Amino acid sequence: MVTLKNINKSFGSVNVLQNLTLEITPGKIVAVLGPNGSGKTTMIKSILGMVLPDSGEIEVLGQKVKSEGTYRNKVNYLPQIARFPDNLKVKELIHMIQDIRNVKGNPEELITQLGIEKYLDKRLGNLSGGTRQKVNLVLTFMFDGELYVLDEPTAGLDPVSLIHLKEIIQVEKKKGKTLLITSHILPLVEEMADEIVFLLEGCIHFHGTMQQLREKTGESQLERAIAHLILNNND
Amino acid sequence: MIKILKYSFSDLMRSRWSYAYFLFYFLLGMGLLFLSNDLSKAIITLMNIVLVLTPLIGTVFGVMYFYSAREFTELLLAQPIKRKHIFLGQYLGISSSLSLSLILGLGIPFLIYGIGGSGQSVNFLLLLMAGVFLTFIFVALSVNITLRHENKIKGFGYAILTWLLLAVIYDGLFLIGLLMFNEYPLDSFTLLASVLNPIDLSRILILLKLDISALLGYTGAIFRNFFGTDYGMIVSLGVLCMWVIVPVGLLLRTAKKKDF
Repeated sequence: MVTLKNINKSFGSVNVLQNLTLEITPGKIVAVLGPNGSGKTTMIKSILGMVLPDSGEIEVLGQKVKSEGTYRNKVNYLPQIARFPDNLKVKELIHMIQDIRNVKGNPEELITQLGIEKYLDKRLGNLSGGTRQKVNLVLTFMFDGELYVLDEPTAGLDPVSLIHLKEIIQVEKKKGKTLLITSHILPLVEEMADEIVFLLEGCIHFHGTMQQLREKTGESQLERAIAHLILNNND
Repeated sequence: MIKILKYSFSDLMRSRWSYAYFLFYFLLGMGLLFLSNDLSKAIITLMNIVLVLTPLIGTVFGVMYFYSAREFTELLLAQPIKRKHIFLGQYLGISSSLSLSLILGLGIPFLIYGIGGSGQSVNFLLLLMAGVFLTFIFVALSVNITLRHENKIKGFGYAILTWLLLAVIYDGLFLIGLLMFNEYPLDSFTLLASVLNPIDLSRILILLKLDISALLGYTGAIFRNFFGTDYGMIVSLGVLCMWVIVPVGLLLRTAKKKDF
């Protein structure tokens, strides 16, 4: 599904990704964890072809990322900070993305589910952060894809919307889709993720299931297991 | 690409600034024509304004649009469209909406005045063409600057500096150079210097056609002596095209290598 081979990326003198190798198998929910600045977003953006690695190769759905190929038709991305053109209405934004992708998608169901019908005619600049994140979610999940890449999907969501988000993710998983999620909300990760990738300073320090993580660290709680990984690294 | 062009064009056509820009040219054209009652005088006055103003507006608009559309560009980058098409579409959107304001803003007053049968229509079209060229050139230059600088203040500063350099300082430096080295044959230097500045080049292009030697200036006179009127116009048009193609090519290359 997604293969990263020996990826290096530096911004100026900061090495954000160091010789990173990762393989993601289809049909799984993979959570990418790591402290701030560990390279999560950079890794995700390099999978989407937005950040170009200094060296190494990335393949998504059998296509090289460098080629800007058609694989992106099947990849849906939820950016970390949802900011859209202020003058556009929500409805217009949805139409525009449909038009650009040349696919109708299915936004109606998500709009009802997330309760944003009443915002459809509002300008995006006037929406609150949480509402904008919901619009962001609609844009991501309205298209049928193979891979969903979610960067901090929970940002700004209230508890009720969080439950809706979990439902949406579960539905996609049941359809056999692959989801790549970064999040700081550990209970969500513990509940949903099949596999955990732990990034620290641009290197993968752990990749495996929850069970394997528990065995490796000897901690039953995810929170403590992650703390264990970080502390071990500092020794 | 056409879709991106369509959206950024319609977005810009809804903005207040496009109307203000249109209205400015409209009132200017009306005022000049109906107060002076002399077509060729009005064209020459407009030329002096258009040659300075279109580059400035193109620069400021290009920088403002690309900085404010940054997040939107990121959203587009995650969609299955080529980078080249995103940036080309946005670039053409800005340039064409500005050009439209210019063409309509000046075109309507001149049509009302009745330029059709006056024999000045070619000169007027040449003026519009020069304005459109300068818009496309300076938007391309400013977009290049915004792509290379994340810092908005810095990017804005460099863009304005570019405009100032080409619109004002260049001529001064050029004149100083001529005065200092007036004992040497400077023809080829002059030719090169005028080709390297799109604003000078546009001025020469219009004045060659208007055939007003007094306004042609040193560069223009040498240009005409060297190329003759017709050949000179072809050469200056060709160089103006290069002034669009090269910055746009550079822009696409920078965009292709950039991290977002």
